Amino acid sequence: MDLSAINPVLLIASLMVAATPIMLAAVGELVVEKAGVLNLGVEGMMIVGAIAGFATAVGTESPVLGFVVAALAGAVLSFLFVILTQYALANQVASGLALTLFGLGLSSLMGQSYVGIKPPSTPKLDMGFLSDLPVVGPILFSHDFMVYVGLFIITGTWAVLKYTRVGLILRAVGENHDAAHALGYKVVRVRVLAILFGGACSGLGGAYISLIRVPQWTEGMTAGAGWIALALVVFASWKPWRLLIGAYLYGGITVLQLNAQAAGARIPVEYLSMSPYLITILVLVFMSADRSRAPASLGRIFHASN
Amino acid sequence: MLRLERRPSPSKAWSYLTPIVAVVATMIAGGLLFYILGKNPFEAIRTIFWDPLFGEFSSYSRPQLLVKAGPLILIAIGLALGFRAGIWNIGAEGQYIVGALCGAGAALALYPLEAWFIFPLMIVAGALGGMAWGLIPGFLRVRFGTNEILVSLMLVYVAEQLQAAMALGLLRNPDGFGFPGSRNLQQYPSAFNAEIIAGTGMHWGIVAALIAVIMAYITLGKHVLGFQIRLTGEAPRAAGFAGVKTARLVLICLGLSGALAGLAGMFEVAGPAGQVSIDFNVGYGFTAIIVAFLGRLNPLGILLAGLLLALTYIGGELAQLTLGLPSAAIQVFQGMLLFFLLAVDLLTNFRIRLGKMEAV
Repeated sequence: MDLSAINPVLLIASLMVAATPIMLAAVGELVVEKAGVLNLGVEGMMIVGAIAGFATAVGTESPVLGFVVAALAGAVLSFLFVILTQYALANQVASGLALTLFGLGLSSLMGQSYVGIKPPSTPKLDMGFLSDLPVVGPILFSHDFMVYVGLFIITGTWAVLKYTRVGLILRAVGENHDAAHALGYKVVRVRVLAILFGGACSGLGGAYISLIRVPQWTEGMTAGAGWIALALVVFASWKPWRLLIGAYLYGGITVLQLNAQAAGARIPVEYLSMSPYLITILVLVFMSADRSRAPASLGRIFHASN
Repeated sequence: MLRLERRPSPSKAWSYLTPIVAVVATMIAGGLLFYILGKNPFEAIRTIFWDPLFGEFSSYSRPQLLVKAGPLILIAIGLALGFRAGIWNIGAEGQYIVGALCGAGAALALYPLEAWFIFPLMIVAGALGGMAWGLIPGFLRVRFGTNEILVSLMLVYVAEQLQAAMALGLLRNPDGFGFPGSRNLQQYPSAFNAEIIAGTGMHWGIVAALIAVIMAYITLGKHVLGFQIRLTGEAPRAAGFAGVKTARLVLICLGLSGALAGLAGMFEVAGPAGQVSIDFNVGYGFTAIIVAFLGRLNPLGILLAGLLLALTYIGGELAQLTLGLPSAAIQVFQGMLLFFLLAVDLLTNFRIRLGKMEAV
């Protein structure tokens, strides 16, 4: 195996691309969990976003429109979760699983005629002299627009949660929904909006895989990215900036693993492909000792009569 | 204005009715879906639910009902025990794969020896393999407080890669001209999980499923373990005071459901599937989650739900052949079933009343 074939600058640049889909999905889920709701349907929303965005981009030749529709599709699917958990008061774990199973089926139904098609390519932004800088240019200033949108969403989420009234209400609802209700905040409304935001972010993440990362449509192509995003939220202890670090770490592992495959490592490909999942488990083991950071009402059902 | 009022205790009648209401609602919504796909909804529903049992090709499809229901029931019984206690093993698919690999591996290691003990050995190996795979999330939860949902699911992807590695490497048929996949166990008499009564689809896996149903029924109703499982699910704090050791319960539930999923995989790979290939698994581990909920986490309910979901698999294949219905449509259909079930379940715990909220 020839490690010198791996170029560190390209490696860092491509890890940012590899990290973006799970970062988008995870930041959405972080907001949902901060509001006290556990949505295990991330995988389902991602894959529906992936095919919805793909189909739209192919149909309209516009990747931007593809991402918009993917976000909408994710939000629409998450509305099913809203109906189940917020209005029908169903178990959140079961509802999330239902969303994933349904989303996987729906996506392969929608995607039948799109197998083997190439989507319109998303141009990399050209930021003039910034993109031409050595080392810093390729790493920071020559990505597609979604990488920056992802960073913007994460920064925005951090700022809103930390500094605004909206963020404070959201956190209050997630920490103690009965107290929040007693103070007159609309618990259900806050949660519904959080879930829809989470759905939209997951949709964006899914579309990033099918439109930029891969780029093509294959059945079940998210391959557990949604679940890794859920693990990432635990890794990040529900803090956006740690989410960013976690996503890039994960992206780095994925890219290294792919590079090792390409460089002809002596380990069979299958064992290398296991590594992201095994490392996710390992990370969960290390991060789960301290559960005090989790929102206190996470996963509990709220009904005003109780 | 509609409002919800919590029932003093869950309604017995509704808890039996909700699965039926959910199935009917799914048929209506599914019919709509088939209509959108350009098929006659009535014909499609008839093809899925009626024709496999009583239609033209029913002599072929009826035995398939048991073949498909066996693994679904076996896995769902194990899952239901955990779900009842709030222990969420959703990685049954991975345990199924590892059980199949261990069972097939045990047989292939002894090939071409013919002996009576090979099949029992495979059963033990399959159960232990699945159990070991299920105990990983259990142990990590008990020792480190790790979320068993995420770990068990991650292990599905690991198991799928392991399966591919085995089909291409260790377990590959040495006489297979380099093609991926193991020797066909159907041609290895000592290891073949053949039909017990020819033409019925009845093989040892279905016997195991029936035994599991009976054992689970007795455990939940009569045994102290069943009491502890139900108590932990319904009132975790009270369970703690009653001396239930949660850690022990987590290990038992995950180990048991892993073992049952592993058994299901072993019976499948030694019988209907025949060999370890890159993709012999067809998602029973995930469909079993739907079976468990549709059966209301009750062993007898799971028996019926397993048969119904098996019917949708067979009917789906039939509809694919005769009507050209895409196979993904049936997956959507199964997903919808779980949705409707969870939504209708509201009626078990709440009354819907007309009128304004009363002052409390």
